[in-house]
Amino acid sequence: MSTTLRINGTPHEVDLPDDVPLLWILRDEIGLTGTKFGCGVAACGACTVHIDGEAVRSCQVALSDVWGDVTTIEGVGTPDMMAAVQKAWVANQVAQCGYCQSGQIMQAASLLAENPSPSDAEIDEAMQGNLCRCGTYPRIRAAIHDAASMMKEA
Amino acid sequence: MASLKKIARRSFLIGSAAIVGGVAFGTYKYHQPAPNPLAQEDGRAVLNPFVFVDQSGVTLIAPRAEMGQGVKSAWASLIAEELDVDPAKVTVLHGPAAKAYYNSAMMSEALPGRGYDGSALQHSLGEIVGHMAKFLDLQVTGGSSSMRDGFERMRHAGASARETLKQAAADQLGVSRDQLTTEDGHVVAPDGTRLPYSALANAAASLAPIEADLRPASEWRLIGKDVPRIDMVAKVTGTAEFGVDVRLPGMKFAAIRQSPHFGVGKTAFDASATEGMAGVDKILDLGDAVAVVASNTWLAQQAVDAIDVTWEAAPYPETTEAIFKEIARSFDATPNSTMRDDGDVDALPDGATVIEAEYRLPYLAHATMEPMNATALYSGDALQIWAPNQGPTVVQKKAAALAGLDVDAVEVNTTYLGGGFGRRIETDYTDRAVQIAMQMQGTPVQLTWSREEDMSHDVYRPGAIARYRAAIKDGKAVMVHGKIAAQSTTVEGAGRMLGLPMSGPDKGHVDAAFNQPLAIPNFRVEGYLAKPMLPVGFWRSVGASFNGFFSDCIIDEMAHAAGRDPLDFRLELARAEWEPAAKVLETVRDMSGWTGKTPDGIGRGVAMAYSFGTPVAQVIEVADEDGQIRMTNAWIAADLGRVIDPKNTRAQMFGGMAYGLSAACFGEITIDGGAVEQENFPDYDALRMHTMPTVQVELLENQPRMGGAGEPGTPPAAPALANALFDLTGKRARQLPLMHEFDLLI
Repeated sequence: MSTTLRINGTPHEVDLPDDVPLLWILRDEIGLTGTKFGCGVAACGACTVHIDGEAVRSCQVALSDVWGDVTTIEGVGTPDMMAAVQKAWVANQVAQCGYCQSGQIMQAASLLAENPSPSDAEIDEAMQGNLCRCGTYPRIRAAIHDAASMMKEA
Repeated sequence: MASLKKIARRSFLIGSAAIVGGVAFGTYKYHQPAPNPLAQEDGRAVLNPFVFVDQSGVTLIAPRAEMGQGVKSAWASLIAEELDVDPAKVTVLHGPAAKAYYNSAMMSEALPGRGYDGSALQHSLGEIVGHMAKFLDLQVTGGSSSMRDGFERMRHAGASARETLKQAAADQLGVSRDQLTTEDGHVVAPDGTRLPYSALANAAASLAPIEADLRPASEWRLIGKDVPRIDMVAKVTGTAEFGVDVRLPGMKFAAIRQSPHFGVGKTAFDASATEGMAGVDKILDLGDAVAVVASNTWLAQQAVDAIDVTWEAAPYPETTEAIFKEIARSFDATPNSTMRDDGDVDALPDGATVIEAEYRLPYLAHATMEPMNATALYSGDALQIWAPNQGPTVVQKKAAALAGLDVDAVEVNTTYLGGGFGRRIETDYTDRAVQIAMQMQGTPVQLTWSREEDMSHDVYRPGAIARYRAAIKDGKAVMVHGKIAAQSTTVEGAGRMLGLPMSGPDKGHVDAAFNQPLAIPNFRVEGYLAKPMLPVGFWRSVGASFNGFFSDCIIDEMAHAAGRDPLDFRLELARAEWEPAAKVLETVRDMSGWTGKTPDGIGRGVAMAYSFGTPVAQVIEVADEDGQIRMTNAWIAADLGRVIDPKNTRAQMFGGMAYGLSAACFGEITIDGGAVEQENFPDYDALRMHTMPTVQVELLENQPRMGGAGEPGTPPAAPALANALFDLTGKRARQLPLMHEFDLLI
């Protein structure tokens, strides 16, 4: 049975078993590879996307459970038109290997949508499910503060 | 040449004997250039293996793996410094697997010397050993060696390309070359005429390369400055292509299950449960593994999990305890190495106090964020591979052997690496992709390991035991005798990489134990090699990852037994041996406002380790918060001799420490029934944003040689934390991970 997913504003027809996780539909079926596979058990946050604006681990959301519009890192901004949060990431030179950063940015974007001026403690609380093995955390925190300022000025 | 090749191919001697031999062979082949792997095409001037210019502009080749250390940007900056281009305005490619891209600096780390006391002889030996990398086709990223390797070579590549372009312009303008200057991708004539490099490509293509002297440091525009990373925008927009992101027309996806018992195959195999499962294309029997090719990775994974397999029993001790018993047994044999033997450790002065300690560190996984993966397409007479890898020539050679092809028929495309840490110097994951592709002729297949497969089929940092006997007298260190036993990363990991048996004293095994810049009159370090059990390999900082802990912890124990301030105690020993080591200690003392006293509920520890050419000192502060221990602050001082990009280097130091602290707190690989017990991040966690201390990093440039950046931040992390916990609780941690003995914030 075919299902229609709305991803980054575009409808995609998907004909797959109900239990296939959204992560693999995005990556292997639709070709949106910005969302990363890290653990498959919601322990690292690399696969974070938004469903109706809410940050979710796409490795845990089955096709039949996708309840709304999906936004991935590709839908946040492009190299030519980056969102404030991405510009802040560049300004702070956050990424090292970069593999976890799509998930970090999606988590941060959802935090900023809910809380336009998060404190360090609120950032820590929101971001603790997102693992980074390079140790970019302090620059992530600084970038979130910068993004908050940029979004207020905009 | 013949004899060098013969010896090198038979067995790679890692000890001093090989170096003496190496000198005798002379130098005549070393200076023959390797063939340029870049094709000279119409309209394209290939000025050397690292620079080409065509109508679209300048392209630089940075043939080192970008695994987060910023090498792509830093390498390009070295070329750009002399070539007068803006790194942000040129294209930077990884380039193909090729001999021309060998790594000369990494091999010199195999020299037996202490490193910090490098003499002229040591230096020239280093050159020769480095050249051996060319014979061995070693294009690898590791050993914190990229900048040391590229620092002069890449500036020469840039300077030569610049002068060749100037010559092309000189011919065109009818002026002499020395009347021309260069700026931002243009040759500038005396009358101000600006010729873009791209317009000179055709003319430059026919010229022979011209050599030029390197510019003095006073003229540098990029080296020593923060240069924005050229991969940053791609990495924050999801457009950077990692290994798992390769997409090819008609591509299929594969999942794998390998024997949980290393080195053996299976006794029974029943795939009937997978029949009719959605998306399944093919079920493959790989002998010691099974794989499924399907229309997406998850469907392949479901199917491979459904195969019923019985595996052969493990051919090594089946529990962690039994494995460590075997490691301890290696102390009974004669040592493999005694790389330091100053004074007499058996003759103690009267009245000396003896301290004895046994330390034990676990096996560790790399746990890169991007699980092992590779994509391969086999066409019968050629093989293409796309992989996040640290050694393209190694991948190429292994794949060619597996597929029965000439090396030239194997093309290796290196993508971004979602972390490396030494894991991706191996070829097990590319070999698996090749095995699968060979059964899927004409169809590109991407193999992605599950996280569980990745964690339970790593090449692990060896578990290690150290037995130390030390002595103090009148508040001074008078003796240290360390014995270190573990499986050998050199014998096993380097042996796999080079395809050669390794013999001789293993320096890597005792690195950061025998060569610590500390003046102790009676100082001996012996290495003992345990037999192969679990597969072991290169893990960020290699031997220094365990020896840094052993050799610093014993110093801390000595300082406390002597009633001395642990920082002052180290400082005195360092000052008498090597000034740059003393300076990093003084710097963390000043940065942290170290007084040697901490209030109740706060603990501080210091550690210093010299590895990969760089002395690094760290102070870590911990706080007891209602019974839970949190790391609050950390300070790092490192002396790299020359810092190419300060911001990026600080990130490496911080990241190295974070990697070491993660392992110190939570990391352990244990074995039961011959299989690894840890499966995923919940069993093998790392520091997260809320558990990471606030860190300050200071970079010094006191030492005369250039040190590494990627690895030396790791070794002092665990001992600094353990020493801080001792200061806080009075409990001495002689085993890791610390979560077993301390209530750490998680």
